[in-house]
Amino acid sequence: MVGSPVHRVSAEDAWSRSMHPDIESERHSQSFNVEELTNILDGGAQNTALRRKVESIIHSEPELSLKDNYFMTQNERYEAAIKKKFHILMLAQRLGWSEGSRELQYASRSVSGDLGFAIHHIFQKTIRSLGSEEQIAKWDPLCSKFQILGTYAQTEMGHGTYLQGLETEATYDAASQEFVVHSPTMTAIKWWPGDLGRSATHALVQAQLICSGARQGMHAFIVPIRSLDDHSPLPGITIGDIGPKMDFDHTDNGFLKLDHVRIPRENMLNRFAQVLPDGTYVKLGVPKSNYLSMVAVRVDMLLGEVLPLLQSRLRPSDPEAKVLDYQTQQQKLFPPLAMAYAFHFVANNLLEFFRHSYSSILDGDFALLPELHALSAGLKAKLSDFCTQGVEQCRRACGGHGYSKLSGLPSLLTRVTASCTYEGENTVLYLQTARFLIKSYLNTQKSPGSASKGSLPQSVAYLTAPEVARCPARTAADFLHPELYTKAWAHVAVRLIKDSVHHLQTLRQAGADEHDAWNQTTVIHVQATKAHLYYVTVKIFTEALEKLESQPAIQQVLKRLCDLYALHGILTNAGDFLHDGFLSGAQTDMARKAYLDLLPLIRKDAILLTDAFDFTDQCLNSALGCYDGHAYERLFQWAQKSPTNTEGNPAYEKYIRPLLQGRRARL
Amino acid sequence: MNQDLQKERAGASFKPELLTNVLDGSPENTRRRREIENLILKDPDFQHENLNFLSRSQRYEVAVKRSATMVEKMRKFGIADPDEIMWFKKLHMVNFVEPVGLNYSMFIPTLLNQGTTAQQEKWLHSSKGLEIIGTYAQTEMGHGTHLRGLETAATYDPETQEFILNSPTVTSIKWWPGGLGKTSNHAIVLAQLITQGKCYGLHAFIVPIRELGTHKPLPGITVGDIGPKFGYDEMDNGYLKMDNYCIPRENMLMKHAQVKPDGTYVKPLSNKLTYGTMVFIRSFLVGESARCLSKACTIAIRYSAVRHQSEIKPGEPEPQILDYQTQQYKLFPLLATAYAFQFVGAYMKETYHRINEDIGHGDLSELPELHALTAGLKAFTSWTANAGIEACRMACGGHGYSHCSGLPNIYVNFTPTCTFEGENTVMMLQTARFLMKSYDQVHSGKLVCGMVSYLNDLPSQRIQPQQVAVWPTAVDINSPDSLTEAYKLRAARLVEIAAKNLQTEVIRRKSKEVAWNLTSIDLVRASEAHCHYVAVKLFTEKVLQIQEKSIQAVLRRLCLLYSLYGISQNAGDFLQGSIMTESQITQVNERIKELLTAIRPDAVALVDAFDFQDVTLGSVLGRYDGNVYENMFEWAKKSPLNKAEVHESYKHLKSLHSKL
Repeated sequence: MVGSPVHRVSAEDAWSRSMHPDIESERHSQSFNVEELTNILDGGAQNTALRRKVESIIHSEPELSLKDNYFMTQNERYEAAIKKKFHILMLAQRLGWSEGSRELQYASRSVSGDLGFAIHHIFQKTIRSLGSEEQIAKWDPLCSKFQILGTYAQTEMGHGTYLQGLETEATYDAASQEFVVHSPTMTAIKWWPGDLGRSATHALVQAQLICSGARQGMHAFIVPIRSLDDHSPLPGITIGDIGPKMDFDHTDNGFLKLDHVRIPRENMLNRFAQVLPDGTYVKLGVPKSNYLSMVAVRVDMLLGEVLPLLQSRLRPSDPEAKVLDYQTQQQKLFPPLAMAYAFHFVANNLLEFFRHSYSSILDGDFALLPELHALSAGLKAKLSDFCTQGVEQCRRACGGHGYSKLSGLPSLLTRVTASCTYEGENTVLYLQTARFLIKSYLNTQKSPGSASKGSLPQSVAYLTAPEVARCPARTAADFLHPELYTKAWAHVAVRLIKDSVHHLQTLRQAGADEHDAWNQTTVIHVQATKAHLYYVTVKIFTEALEKLESQPAIQQVLKRLCDLYALHGILTNAGDFLHDGFLSGAQTDMARKAYLDLLPLIRKDAILLTDAFDFTDQCLNSALGCYDGHAYERLFQWAQKSPTNTEGNPAYEKYIRPLLQGRRARL
Repeated sequence: MNQDLQKERAGASFKPELLTNVLDGSPENTRRRREIENLILKDPDFQHENLNFLSRSQRYEVAVKRSATMVEKMRKFGIADPDEIMWFKKLHMVNFVEPVGLNYSMFIPTLLNQGTTAQQEKWLHSSKGLEIIGTYAQTEMGHGTHLRGLETAATYDPETQEFILNSPTVTSIKWWPGGLGKTSNHAIVLAQLITQGKCYGLHAFIVPIRELGTHKPLPGITVGDIGPKFGYDEMDNGYLKMDNYCIPRENMLMKHAQVKPDGTYVKPLSNKLTYGTMVFIRSFLVGESARCLSKACTIAIRYSAVRHQSEIKPGEPEPQILDYQTQQYKLFPLLATAYAFQFVGAYMKETYHRINEDIGHGDLSELPELHALTAGLKAFTSWTANAGIEACRMACGGHGYSHCSGLPNIYVNFTPTCTFEGENTVMMLQTARFLMKSYDQVHSGKLVCGMVSYLNDLPSQRIQPQQVAVWPTAVDINSPDSLTEAYKLRAARLVEIAAKNLQTEVIRRKSKEVAWNLTSIDLVRASEAHCHYVAVKLFTEKVLQIQEKSIQAVLRRLCLLYSLYGISQNAGDFLQGSIMTESQITQVNERIKELLTAIRPDAVALVDAFDFQDVTLGSVLGRYDGNVYENMFEWAKKSPLNKAEVHESYKHLKSLHSKL
């Protein structure tokens, strides 16, 4: 195995033209058609073809290469990202790729999202979802033509996910028909928005609306922040970059301090609420409508950012491909691989639900909003948590080389990990889903005739399903039945949700204040929500499998991943399943056996399963993960290009030499 | 001083100074540590620009400059003992990585452990005075923890009485050694020794790599930096390729094994002796896990006391986020873990010194257990600390992502601990090997001693295995001793399961290696359970030794939290093994919440007791005075990107407006 001659790579090999034999042998016998699986992931063979066409266009443009990323300073990364964005826009114009088209999505994927102005699009989307028709007509074309550059400024230095805690104020002055936007304290300074530090000319500022002396909560305002002539900050605006971060060097996350900045009344986005010229406040939606753009961003983020990061990590990246034969290595890599597939189907499912409900919400029908909000919040938290852990696990599974930036893994991790706190801190999001679960559960407890008892939203319909007190499994093989493990997850989720309601009610009955009672039970609410989300994702994955009946080979290989995903969760949370005797000790051992037996089966297809994601080498930008498997040669070649090797060593002249010589002179 | 922190400190139930003394070992140690710290922290020669604002080359340069200054100062302050250099100077003190560090942490100790007196005379003086700067080159591009797989060859030529060193393949290029790329002029190279046509395995050779005076690579040597990494920006981790490079026979370290001038090979007495340096580093890394996790907890807990967010009750001011149960649940178990690891680290250090003395007297009997224990505990503590540091960072919300929090740096500089000095899974499997050996020994009727002595009491030794269910279930969840027993039972059970599964596979597969691989997940589980037991045990014992009542009380709560949290997280093991009942698990979960509330008033004092200076933490969020927001704004304004109001890159934006 390790150290055997096959792992010794001679320097004289013409490696750049050949395939590494280890990798080649992995692809030798295929139990399924990789291309077909790629088509499923892309949503059709046409999409795969289109994506590859776009990729080949992008990769043929030297301006869009990611090659030097690891050697660049923050400044250089920022410039390069803007340059790339600019270049892609020119391409799009030339080739007729329209805004929001698949072509542009694929273009972004092929440069790993390493583009400027990501938040500009959120700015534009928010105007579309929160602005009136009139406002959209005015601002949308300006955005599309890049005549203005926008950012979305919500988070403040002292306040994050909790929207009502924001301090920035917009006070309506009826005399001049203007809003006065102001940061009253240090903690109110807007902090973190992307594109704000150096790029944006306009900011969509979330601020407390004050009119006719009353506070009306958070609303969104369009605030010009930089001169359109010379880009200098406008009067009353203090603005800059917030300094170095773990990653996102290409984005200028910024700060914004507003000192009584005046904007016209028309700059408040008023699809769901407006302020009349005399200062009267008129509400047109539900309080939650303000969250709409956040929900949209979350769904977007899952599809655009988090998922590709996890998937791209799983390329045949191990320098010693045969390290994959170690059981412990399989234990590290296959659960994330299963997750990457599970989350692909979950994200698609969520997107479908989002599209379906979004249009009705824009038309003023808010019936689906609570479920959409709860589902997108919870899934965002779960997916970003799991992806972060998965990526880090993959990085460490690559041993020491995973620590080199040339492996591509550190940058993936530092990027995906940001998603755990932006667009809503994960714990806060889990708790938002928990509130929805508790409400839904209490709804099932109402007497059947009660007027308010409606049908349950689909994602929680299982709360009323008949209960099974004991798992019926009798052999390890029984644990490979999707129905069995889906029910097991449903059982645990229901038990924990009941349990958390019970805890809450006990505290209330003992006289605890409503809010203290909530805070004292949050740990268990989070636990229950996680079980619920596991159930939801397992269910979506199994349903997606059912639709693949016409492709049995692919269905089989994906089913193994689905089994692994469900069982891995059961085993890592075995206590929850053993707790009420739902699983016996013997059944837990059966589940473990079923799980361990899956590893060698997946092992055979592991490389092919990662090939199916179909990431180009340029996009992965990893010395370890290239398609041809020549990890070591590439590592050596890339390292030699590092500026530390090409630009001399000033530290030697200045310090090392005096250190060595000073000593000798004295000796 | 921030008012919230002031209130926190006034409300604590104990004096942090007393706890600091416990952590340092004695008030005298605390005094000595602070003395050394202040020598450096207050010295203007060590002041430099914030590293976060510098490029990698600049960071390397600052580090080299600091190393040079450090050498001068160490002479001045009379710190010469390698131990003190290691324990005090390098990491306890300054949160920083130094390119000449390996000269002290690896080159010199290896010379001391493996060099003859004559070799020590020749090299030691000049390396201590940095006339030569040495590093330690073991890992190769294609080969890491598995030593026998290394490819670099040293072939002896009796004609010239020289060794000819070669890197025969790409995979054999030395890769990763710190300080190798640009700084060092010598390296101890591990290579396969070949003499009289036979390969004798790995041996250590002193290899000059750069010319004294010009610092140019010597002919036959290709050397350079391996490029940017996740962290360790200041370190020039390097590569080294040797082509028919000759060194004199005397450059092989020959305290244990020798090659005579005619090429005859003389075997060492014990092949375990060469592990000395590794055991030392690994036991040191256990303490390092404790220190890094402690730093992260300090930052996250202080910041959580300063940060106000959302509301628990409508209309009331935003509460400190430390009052949220979910925040306490994230941070306090980690705080308890940091304390547990502090004591595990202290124990490892003591044990290493004790056993090392025995070895000096020729007594090798405890070496196998020490080797197994350091391997497992290094993996166990570094995995836990790694996840813990990241959890602390995320507990700080978005600001944790900014370098001003200091947490990204702590994480990226700590995380290689999981892979270097022995990849963690491999380490866990080494411990498992020892556990399996001990199990077999007990099975064949012999008693084992040390931390594995619980295997003597395995039920299968006394009663029928199917009666496992009658194991004592009377665990008292308020007694650390009783909880230690519970962990012991869990470890015993998992070791036994792994052993039995291994036996089954051996019978079925015929090949021991295949069987071992097919049981390795079980084996790692068993090792983890063993290490967890050791940590709980050491923490419990430590609490009992504390005299001062207020300190004992607060540490007892942490010890309980550490033990109970582990049970809650691994409830499946305790339930399945019938070690605890369902209702006990429910009680454990309730008790954890009570402990969170009980620890809450002391949380800030508990991190104050770690006694990290602000400079060492390198964090705006974790400042002792809690003035977070003002300083965050000041910090950001210093960012190089803010030097001009309109950045030069505006030209790209401008052309964008005009062309589209």
